[in-house]
Amino acid sequence: MTLRLTHTAKTYPDGTKALLPTDLSVGKGEIVSLLGPSGCGKTTLLRIIAGLETPDAGSEIWFDNDNVTPLPVERRQVGMVFQSYALFPNMSVRANIGYGLKMQQLPKSEIEARVTEVLEMCQLQPFAARAITALSGGQRQRVALARAIAPRPRMLLLDEPLSALDASLRGTLREELAVLLREFDITAIFVTHDQDEAMAIADRVAVMCQGRVLQTGTPEELYRNPKSPFVAGFVGNAMSLRGKADGTTLYLDGGALTLPARGEGQTVFVRAEDVCIGDDGPLRGKVETVTFLGTHYKIGISGITPDTIASIHAGQNAPKVGDMINVAIKPETLMLLPQEVDVA
Amino acid sequence: MTDRNFILACLTPLLIFAIAFLALPLIRLFMVSGEGSAGWAVYLDILRKPRYLNTLVLTVLVSLATTFAALAVSTTAGMFLVRNRFAGRGTVLSVLTLPLAFPGVVIGFLIILLGGRQGLVNQLTPGHVVFAYSAIGLFLGYLYFSIPRVLLTVMAAAEKLDPSLEEAARTMGATPYRVVMDVIIPGLMPSLIASGAIAFATAMGAFGTAFTLATDIDVIPMVIYTEFTLSANIAMASALSIVLGIITWILLLIARSLSGSTVAGGG
Amino acid sequence: MFKSKVKIMQLAVTLLACAFLFVPIIMSVLAGLTANYFKGISSGLTFKWVIEVWELYANSIFLSMWLAIACLVCTLIIGLPAAYGLARHPGWLSRLLEEFISLPLAIPGLALALALLQLYGSMKGFRASWTFILVGHVLYTLPFMVRSILAVLASIDLKTLEEGAASLGASPWQRFRDIVVPNAMPGILAGSLTVVTLSIGEFNLTWMLHTPYLKTLPVGLADSYASMRLEIASAYTLVFFILIVPLLMAMQWASARAQRITQ
Repeated sequence: MTLRLTHTAKTYPDGTKALLPTDLSVGKGEIVSLLGPSGCGKTTLLRIIAGLETPDAGSEIWFDNDNVTPLPVERRQVGMVFQSYALFPNMSVRANIGYGLKMQQLPKSEIEARVTEVLEMCQLQPFAARAITALSGGQRQRVALARAIAPRPRMLLLDEPLSALDASLRGTLREELAVLLREFDITAIFVTHDQDEAMAIADRVAVMCQGRVLQTGTPEELYRNPKSPFVAGFVGNAMSLRGKADGTTLYLDGGALTLPARGEGQTVFVRAEDVCIGDDGPLRGKVETVTFLGTHYKIGISGITPDTIASIHAGQNAPKVGDMINVAIKPETLMLLPQEVDVA
Repeated sequence: MTDRNFILACLTPLLIFAIAFLALPLIRLFMVSGEGSAGWAVYLDILRKPRYLNTLVLTVLVSLATTFAALAVSTTAGMFLVRNRFAGRGTVLSVLTLPLAFPGVVIGFLIILLGGRQGLVNQLTPGHVVFAYSAIGLFLGYLYFSIPRVLLTVMAAAEKLDPSLEEAARTMGATPYRVVMDVIIPGLMPSLIASGAIAFATAMGAFGTAFTLATDIDVIPMVIYTEFTLSANIAMASALSIVLGIITWILLLIARSLSGSTVAGGG
Repeated sequence: MFKSKVKIMQLAVTLLACAFLFVPIIMSVLAGLTANYFKGISSGLTFKWVIEVWELYANSIFLSMWLAIACLVCTLIIGLPAAYGLARHPGWLSRLLEEFISLPLAIPGLALALALLQLYGSMKGFRASWTFILVGHVLYTLPFMVRSILAVLASIDLKTLEEGAASLGASPWQRFRDIVVPNAMPGILAGSLTVVTLSIGEFNLTWMLHTPYLKTLPVGLADSYASMRLEIASAYTLVFFILIVPLLMAMQWASARAQRITQ
């Protein structure tokens, strides 16, 4: 099913603009992530698509060729996984999963068959008869997913599906979720504030900030070609190099860098893995911190820019705190982005 | 049916019931109070005529006495029950909270059994003391239904008291009396005020107990009753009811703002 | 030294209070079963007083039980949807409504009965019917039912559960039936037991509202205290205890259970 949103906005009665007029398209079977910090409007947008919030006048939401804007949530045939899972405490796992099918008034035998099918897909057979309260966090998440998918909805919506879990579980369950979503072969939109999650699971990511979608693209596109400082900073933690640009040279406190293009009126960003420590390099700075992260060192360097910049260093040896070192940055790894008045 | 309409439909039976049987009758009662021969001055009559003023004062005195006695007894018993676990504790607690659902009439009867002409005290004491039909009897009757109410509230608060505060006071040389005055009572104060207000309000409005004991002593609810049924002085009965209602309502409002809950009424 | 002095004093007060509350009950039970109260237990135990009570007051007892059940049904029909509405709409208007229906807890039953009589006393058919007394009982017990259910509903994330059900296609009525009511059960149970217990024991309102043909159990009790011999009054009180004590204990158990859930 394809989703098309046009001019969709949400203003609350007290005047707060949770969502500015937004357009969004999602293709059949695509998995899209709405990524952004809290308060950026991603959950509002998801709830509008679900039908749990009413958007402002002029908004239009199309599922394939149906204008679903006036429809309430119970008629939109969407499957939703809530952040707290919203499992019904008065029903068993089986009954929870079968609830949507019961609402569709399917015959009992078919409900049984479908529920069993979904239980298998989500590896929940051993828990079928259990009460909700007897499940672990990971099991609950799978039940919530199974319940949403069992009625074969047109679209799957997930609100921070992994945030209620322990950090240790999140990594494994993230991969499981990605695999399951592809198995379901369904159009899906999920909301998250965790960029690793978005990039691991989604086909396309829409980065949101303060009620607007700033940029949409594949994870690689967003990472390598951010179009605004916010996206550069949020996806991949790019650092801004504050200095004076003159033509294709950037003059910093710690030296001069060659830019890939003229730098006037732009902010220059670089990612930590592109900041190279070596014996020769046009920049010179002092090592402030050295953090060992197993696969690499993260080195905090002062003196090159007014802020401390970080370098990911994958060698066996790392410089010591207090050392003076040389730093080189290849011009093609520098990102020039327009200066933004309002940065998140 | 939309969400909003459904919720409105859910509240409709309650609204209809509350308007038809609570709001309208109370408004009518208020109107009736002003329709007597004295008009709206009937409210001043309550304070001017000795019959009513004395009754009001007496009711307040009995209720105050009951409140303080109930507070004293229930706080002591409550602290004991909270701090000590022993075999039979559950039974003791049940016995002390049983009277919660007894109507005032039954309590009046129980007081007669204790202190009436054929009562236990009459049989046991050398002077054949009969107290049921006096102010003492009324007081004891009120005490009977007040103790359980205060006990439950105080116990809930006592459970939340931190024993280390009392221990700290004792390490600094406080005598048992000082510990009670300086640590325990201040700690329980909001709960004491709340349950005191509940006890006072319930005592003020109690009817059944006084009815059964049928003493010469009149309390406000009895006066309301006799004005209505015997004297057909409907306006005065209504005015007294309104005044009594407002007093008890304000008291319970105070109690709730301090403790956040109410206990079953009755008496 | 400290501990034992204070403890002994506390224990003494507690036991005295217990005795004060319990001894009359025992006396009443015994008096209802004793052949002759003046002579004491030595005159023998008998059920004849209880049987006489039954002959005299069976109608009152049945009326009280009937009223209690009718009261329960009414408070459920009015109170359960209302508690749901109040839980889903937690604004100041709802608080006001909740406060208003709790007035019968604050205002003496006498005053309420008077108010009802002033407005509806002239409607002969209504006034003479058992439904008039029922209205009084419902007025008094409704707040208990509403609060009991509301407390339980307020402690679960009702809104999200309902959104979950709605996303699966459930209409508002289906959500009420499948989600709200089952999850409110502890509150419904506690509220029901409270309503029945309070209705059977209600006197202040009922005394003003009753007619000679409609006497409830407590009204009969007042009757017997005034005009019957002590043994019959005691036997009648005994019957009352037998009815009310199990209900009271069930009510306390259910309320404690519901409280634990809201914790």
